[in-house]
Amino acid sequence: MPSTLYEKLWQRHLVEDKSGETPLIFVDRHLIHEVTSPQAFANLKFHGRKVHCPERTIATMDHNISTRSADINAAGESAAHQLKTLENNCEEFGVKLYGMGHKNQGIVHVMGPELGLTLPGQVIVCGDSHTATHGAFGSLAFGIGTSEVEHVLATQTLRQNKAKTMKIDIQGKRPLGISAKDIILAVIGKVGTAGATGYVVEYCGETIRNLSMEERMTVCNMSIEFGAKAGLIAPDHTTFEYLKGKEFAPKGDTWLQAVNDWQTLTSDEDAEFDTVVTIAAQDIKPQVTWGTNPGQVTAINSVVPSPEDFSDAVERESCVNALKYMDLEPGTKITDININNVFIGSCTNSRIEDLRIAASVIKGKTVSKNVTAIVVPGSYRVKQQAEAEGLDEIFKQAGFEWRLPGCSMCLGMNDDKLVAGDRCASTSNRNFEGRQGRGSRTHLVSPAMAAAAAIAGHFVDVNQFAGA
Amino acid sequence: MEKFMTHTGKVVPLDRANVDTDQIIPKQFLQKTTRTGFAQHLFHDWRFLDDDGLQPDPSFILNEQQYQGASILLARENFGCGSSREHAPWAIQEYGFKVVVAPSFADIFYGNCINIGVLPIVLNEEAIDELFDHALQKPLELTASLETMTLNYGDKSFPFSLTEFQQYCLRNGIDSVGWTLQSQDKIDQFAASLPAWQ
Ligand code: SF4
Repeated sequence: MPSTLYEKLWQRHLVEDKSGETPLIFVDRHLIHEVTSPQAFANLKFHGRKVHCPERTIATMDHNISTRSADINAAGESAAHQLKTLENNCEEFGVKLYGMGHKNQGIVHVMGPELGLTLPGQVIVCGDSHTATHGAFGSLAFGIGTSEVEHVLATQTLRQNKAKTMKIDIQGKRPLGISAKDIILAVIGKVGTAGATGYVVEYCGETIRNLSMEERMTVCNMSIEFGAKAGLIAPDHTTFEYLKGKEFAPKGDTWLQAVNDWQTLTSDEDAEFDTVVTIAAQDIKPQVTWGTNPGQVTAINSVVPSPEDFSDAVERESCVNALKYMDLEPGTKITDININNVFIGSCTNSRIEDLRIAASVIKGKTVSKNVTAIVVPGSYRVKQQAEAEGLDEIFKQAGFEWRLPGCSMCLGMNDDKLVAGDRCASTSNRNFEGRQGRGSRTHLVSPAMAAAAAIAGHFVDVNQFAGA
Repeated sequence: MEKFMTHTGKVVPLDRANVDTDQIIPKQFLQKTTRTGFAQHLFHDWRFLDDDGLQPDPSFILNEQQYQGASILLARENFGCGSSREHAPWAIQEYGFKVVVAPSFADIFYGNCINIGVLPIVLNEEAIDELFDHALQKPLELTASLETMTLNYGDKSFPFSLTEFQQYCLRNGIDSVGWTLQSQDKIDQFAASLPAWQ
């Protein structure tokens, strides 16, 4: 029977499927960080259990570290305690940790792929909902809660019910200036903030095939933002080229065997999906969110909607709440929205290509006097690469702050926070109330759009901006 | 995990769709390394006017006198969307909620609830609307039963579903890690059969 990529990955990892029990699947790679792991380790200790496969477990520090100093203590007392707890746990249980100052440290979803820890055909989990990022390599990757982190640590497996499948087919060539972020925001706008709940989505079509690995990661990263369990892109030549030679990628004959195997990881031509969504790339414009969930998004040449624009009662009500929180009037042109903060970073958009694009937009220009702008590279490797290319100088000369890698203002667990009333153009993935600081307002955009907004002081169409 | 069979309690209706885990437990409270100490920060930004959580916002439903002591949370669609933080259901549980009823839940949140012994009940929109109508007028008492797999109020009874294994784990308070460790040999055989690169 023809099967989808998801079904193939599922079948390959099924350890046990007893009647009356939730199926047990094997986990190839478990990524952990300081925030969602301490209680899992504590329970292991309590029960006198071990980490079953320490070699399949990799830890990093990212969520609440300072981006001004590599000193653990710079993040404040309770953050430092959490970071030290991670250090101690990794030491005690024999787990490899890329801590502060390590050359491999970075946001967990930036670090895994760039080291080749993320490979096609794997099941990858992490106590973090944006684990879907790794699906860009054709691996089944999803976020888990702390009880599940404990389960994986102790058994290297998880109990999971099988998800439904959704195909998101993006056809045609994308217009100039349209980034992966615009594509995924447009998808979320179309499917709705909970439209893929219960599904694993696979992104297909010419547009997706032509994306770089970094762009594919941006797309898969935001799968959770419309409810999907995971996002997948079948591995291909682009994937193999990216992985070849990476630190933990297989080498020599094993590499050749692996690629042979990975080439079979595609949905069969006549495989059936439970739902199919089709989008024409040519219709996608640069996107800006106006509300408090990522589905509340529109095109740059559009206006802030009015509650009456929504026929669905729940959406209408959500619009009322969002406009109130965001302090926006219906009918306001998106390009008339002034911002006073710009954040370029997060596991969605902090990779080298993101920084290159943002730098190309701001080169030789100056950040608007009303705007505070920061760039937070996704990892030490990204930071080093960017510095080798002189991108840090371009940012600094334009008036951006150049920081150390971490999650930073994506969630504001450290001191990179906005205050009430601040309005931010952010390359991150969530515009929830208070996400970047209580009472602050977040508009999600691509790196190019964030860079252009930093210069203009309000949103602008990056295509017109570049020509100006 | 505590065993769950039936629970009767007061309902608090939270009339808002897409309540995300950042609202349930904001990030500034995620630096603890314990599973406890989160209840006081549940819905912090809505519940309190100040950052220190000293001044309750009287307009937030959880602060209303008549809903004090509630142990069943009635919610709208896509409840618990956003991050995977188990801190969200921990906060809900520690506050005293044993059951959350909604027309739909985000996947990870739903799984987290089951894993810690909070019962997530999915009902259709009409049933939810009916419950909201009643609960918003005056406090309502409901009984959730895993014996009958129904949520009951007055002489009404709404059936809900869980998989067989979810029911088993909740009813018996199963330590799921211990359960899976019984399959350790099978897991190890499986791991040994994987190709070198995996
Ligand atoms: S960058 Fe943001 S979304 Fe990504 S892992 Fe860190 S906090 Fe989560």
